[in-house]
Amino acid sequence: MAGKSNKTLPPQVLTANQLFDGDVVYWREDGTWAQDLPDAFIFEAGAGIEAALVRAEADVEASKILDPYMFAVSIDEGIIHPSSVRETIRAKGPTVRLDLGKQAA
Amino acid sequence: MYRYDEFDASLVKDRVDQFRDQVALRISGEITEDEFKPLRLMNGLYLQLHAYMLRVAIPYGTFDSRQMRMLAHIADKYDKGYGHFTTRQNIQYNWPKLDEVPDILRDLATVEMHAIQTSGNCIRNVTSDQYAGAAKDEIEDPRPWCEMIRQWSSFHPEFSFLPRKFKIAVTGAAHDRAAIQVHDIGATLTHNDNGETGFTIYVGGGLGRTPMLGKKIRDFVPRAELLAYLEAVMRVYNMHGRRDNLYKARIKILVHEIGAEEMIRLVDAEYEDIQKNGALGLPEEEIARILNYFAPPAFEPLDETDTSYAEKLNGDLAFANWAKTNIAEHKAPGYAIVNLSLKPIGDIPGDISAEQMYAVADLAERYSFDEIRATHEQNLTLPHVKQSDLYELWQKLTDQGLATPNIGLASDIIACPGLDYCNLANARSIPLAQEISNRFADLDRQHNVGPLKIKISGCINACGHHHVGHIGILGVDRKGKEYYQISLGGSADENTSVGKILGPSFDEHSITDAVETVVNTYLGLREDGETFLAAVGRVGLEPFKEALYGTD
Repeated sequence: MAGKSNKTLPPQVLTANQLFDGDVVYWREDGTWAQDLPDAFIFEAGAGIEAALVRAEADVEASKILDPYMFAVSIDEGIIHPSSVRETIRAKGPTVRLDLGKQAA
Repeated sequence: MYRYDEFDASLVKDRVDQFRDQVALRISGEITEDEFKPLRLMNGLYLQLHAYMLRVAIPYGTFDSRQMRMLAHIADKYDKGYGHFTTRQNIQYNWPKLDEVPDILRDLATVEMHAIQTSGNCIRNVTSDQYAGAAKDEIEDPRPWCEMIRQWSSFHPEFSFLPRKFKIAVTGAAHDRAAIQVHDIGATLTHNDNGETGFTIYVGGGLGRTPMLGKKIRDFVPRAELLAYLEAVMRVYNMHGRRDNLYKARIKILVHEIGAEEMIRLVDAEYEDIQKNGALGLPEEEIARILNYFAPPAFEPLDETDTSYAEKLNGDLAFANWAKTNIAEHKAPGYAIVNLSLKPIGDIPGDISAEQMYAVADLAERYSFDEIRATHEQNLTLPHVKQSDLYELWQKLTDQGLATPNIGLASDIIACPGLDYCNLANARSIPLAQEISNRFADLDRQHNVGPLKIKISGCINACGHHHVGHIGILGVDRKGKEYYQISLGGSADENTSVGKILGPSFDEHSITDAVETVVNTYLGLREDGETFLAAVGRVGLEPFKEALYGTD
């Protein structure tokens, strides 16, 4: 199935936490990790997910990141919107402290 | 207060040094996360949604100004200028960096604090009554016994790999402020007919996915045998507790599955065996040594009621309102127990800024024999304040935003960190607590409603104690959206009960209205002087269901 497309799958983003400080990171197209969701690579229709997870696992082995996983997003006028409240909060920071987390930067 | 001896000090220092090495090995990649995770958890370090989280223990909730200043220093130097008091007499920092955690632990060790056993399948921080040593209704101070349990359970090799985590709470008063019946072991200090001190033991209480009330398994354990008896309970659990299923591993499931009678039989047999083979007795001189650390402070001989305090109560309504809810009776004449609310209207339950921590440290030093308590309801207590100092103290607390007059009222809400921070959460807790607090902001309305404990958890793990809230709220996830389920009639005092679920859950936009409807329904049906909890006990859920969901 690797690399094959599946039209029923929603667009997805690969995320993890950095080992150093636990900060949320997102997979970029070039295989490096971005701090911000807008810089994330969007996996359309499941294509490329397995290969990316293998590479992410190598970054786990290399003690760069922790717990990589995919989550569903929707794209509206080029802006990535996580499909769950959880991922929205991870992408921004605590909703009760707008001065903290990525949203504060 | 207890002070570390050379053994405590070297144990904690050695652990810090060990953890520094472990962190270095992890950062250099010499050990994997699978290898490191149990090590970091044993040192209270979790990975949450946005960052690591460090949980620091405040043993049985007692600390002093020196320790509070260190907590403030850590918030300022290593974190984001604040800390969060939890429902287990711990404080959590939400933003530490991995490589700085050993420095944080080193700094904590300088004031005899640590994060050891604040996570993992071991005996956790022993909790107690925040009014210990001060309460008028107290039989004896429970903290010396908490301290003995702490020393016994710290790094106890036999109990370092239990089937699951293990929580012990001890109280020394008739009115239970430590929720002992929802702990793995709850101990109530008592006197027998001969006036000897001992403990009534409850086992198998807990919240979480399967809420259970502790079962009384022994009426009286003589004080010198406390640790031997606890050892028997722990051995039975270690032997028979389930390790095959994470959700069935707590002692409450064991007690539920085999029944209280069989549990008593097993513990008694083990206890007998322990006694035959050289029980761990507590020598009287060691008991005396530990008791001495908790000797009452030098209270001045004072009249029962201070006249200037009485005058201020009559002359200043804001002060009188604060005193009405935030002060409790002290055993020493002329003194009072003062509760500092960490629940300002519309703010985050349990959060405290470094600046406030420094202020509390100063006030404790000046007004409360240098003693501070953390409560399981996410507030702070200054346990020994002269009535004649109350007005001045209240003014200073007001300046710091620590004098919200709402202890025990609708806005004194317990809320876990929820989905704003927690990796396990399904829904946010804090914003809901803030909205309910704002809805009931009017103090006259809160007084009219009377005693009301609202407790919110963002997932079934129940850190927000929702099962034992008069109104309990549980956040659930439905396809990535937050919903909230209401239960009524829970309580965590000496008449502990688990609340009953009302019906279908509410979304984030309608849950506060639903809570208000529940409260208004109570106001409409209560009898004279009847509290919310008593009314729910009398009428059951039906009137509330009808108000929320209609008759059909």
